[in-house]
Amino acid sequence: MIERIGQRTLHLTSRPYLMAHAAAVGKKEGEGPLGAYFDFVTEDDRMKQKSWELAESALQKTAINLALHKAGLQRGELDVILAGDLLNQCTGSFLASVDSDTPYLGQYGACSTMAQGLALGGCLVEGGAARRLLAAASSHFCSAERQYRFPLAYGGQRAPTAQWTATAAGAAVLGARGTGRIRLTHVLFGKMVELGVKDANNMGAAMAPAAYDTLSTLLADLGAQPTDFDCIVTGDLGHVGADLLLTLLRTDGIDLSPVYSDCGSLLFGDEQDAHAGASGCGCSAAVLCGPLLRDMQAGKIRRLVFAGTGAMMSPTSVQQGQPIAGICHAVVIERSDA
Amino acid sequence: MKLDKQSYQRLLEQKSPPSPLPLDCLKAFLFGGAICTVGETVSNFWQWRGLETTDAAAATSITMVFLGALLTCLHLYEKMAKHAGAGTIVPITGFANSIVSPAMEFKSEGLVLGVGAKLFVIAGPVLTYGISASVIYGLILVLLGGGGGA
Repeated sequence: MIERIGQRTLHLTSRPYLMAHAAAVGKKEGEGPLGAYFDFVTEDDRMKQKSWELAESALQKTAINLALHKAGLQRGELDVILAGDLLNQCTGSFLASVDSDTPYLGQYGACSTMAQGLALGGCLVEGGAARRLLAAASSHFCSAERQYRFPLAYGGQRAPTAQWTATAAGAAVLGARGTGRIRLTHVLFGKMVELGVKDANNMGAAMAPAAYDTLSTLLADLGAQPTDFDCIVTGDLGHVGADLLLTLLRTDGIDLSPVYSDCGSLLFGDEQDAHAGASGCGCSAAVLCGPLLRDMQAGKIRRLVFAGTGAMMSPTSVQQGQPIAGICHAVVIERSDA
Repeated sequence: MKLDKQSYQRLLEQKSPPSPLPLDCLKAFLFGGAICTVGETVSNFWQWRGLETTDAAAATSITMVFLGALLTCLHLYEKMAKHAGAGTIVPITGFANSIVSPAMEFKSEGLVLGVGAKLFVIAGPVLTYGISASVIYGLILVLLGGGGGA
């Protein structure tokens, strides 16, 4: 049953199981500080495909297949696939699942897509609409660049506040029954928050107010302190957005810093020239389905808030002078020892 | 806390690191200057081979465009441009880069709707307004009775 707590938090009382998870990443991501935690690191970002869009779909498919394999399931045993990416019409995702013979729901939440898929998936499982489902998200640096910015070989400079779209994919299987210990307990669907940021090279700043709104609402609804969790991780605010989020919460007397991390700040090392950190749906998807859930399995993290952040914009809306709204969906994941 | 746009704008300006402008300018000057030095050397070469000054200028442009295109194909131009900024955009090699890079990128969509349609996706505005400006200046020159010579 789904119980509404406080303003907007949804409590999933039967706590759906996170049955399995897998992450597949590109070469640069594999060379980063988290490289050893991913299930699959490609040597060839093109994935032997004839276009970058197909390469992204191949990466997402790899993550999906690995997650299914770990769960001991065939694709046909899923009741629904919830998948999304950054490309127009979610090209990377539908191409990855076109032959799956499984009901498919395309998701778009920009970089919050993984959290959106998990939150929605949690509700579907809790409500009985699906017995087992898979949530996945991906992004690819090369397919994102050609859609949002410039051709790869174009000689441009990046702003210090710009983030680097991760070549990465993550997939997680949720089920009503399971034997695992990792379970989804709460979800919170975020509101779009727009504070006049128009700079597409500073998306961390555009997303931070939404993360602030979602996390402060979640903490208030649960009557919790940040330290009640082992880790509160945002999708990909990057260095600039993460700093802004901590500052905003501090003005309310909430100190998130002891338990706080950001997927965008974690994925690349300082020497990898990613400027303000990583971004893209695949970033938070792979960091969650790689290192974070592995740490939960190992018992290093017992209670996690995963708050995926997305920037609601398109090249068209930015060119037409529209400001960039942020969005942040949160899910609470717990490890039970019983 | 209730956030308003003005105070958030002030906060994000504080927290967003600016581009290192003096260093960027210095690097643009050095790279741009180096490209121009290469151009000067190429120009001298063509004159030494016996071309007139005006012909040597045209041959130099052709050579530099070729070099820009070659470095773009080898994925070296964007590596240089990362540091050089305007230093690699402004010279004619940058123009070559702005045409060749979409040609490479969009060939996956085919020769007509990919390369053909997207070739000028970056250089288009320069061509549109460059050609428009030259037409307007040409008209002004004709109307003022200048532009003799021919």
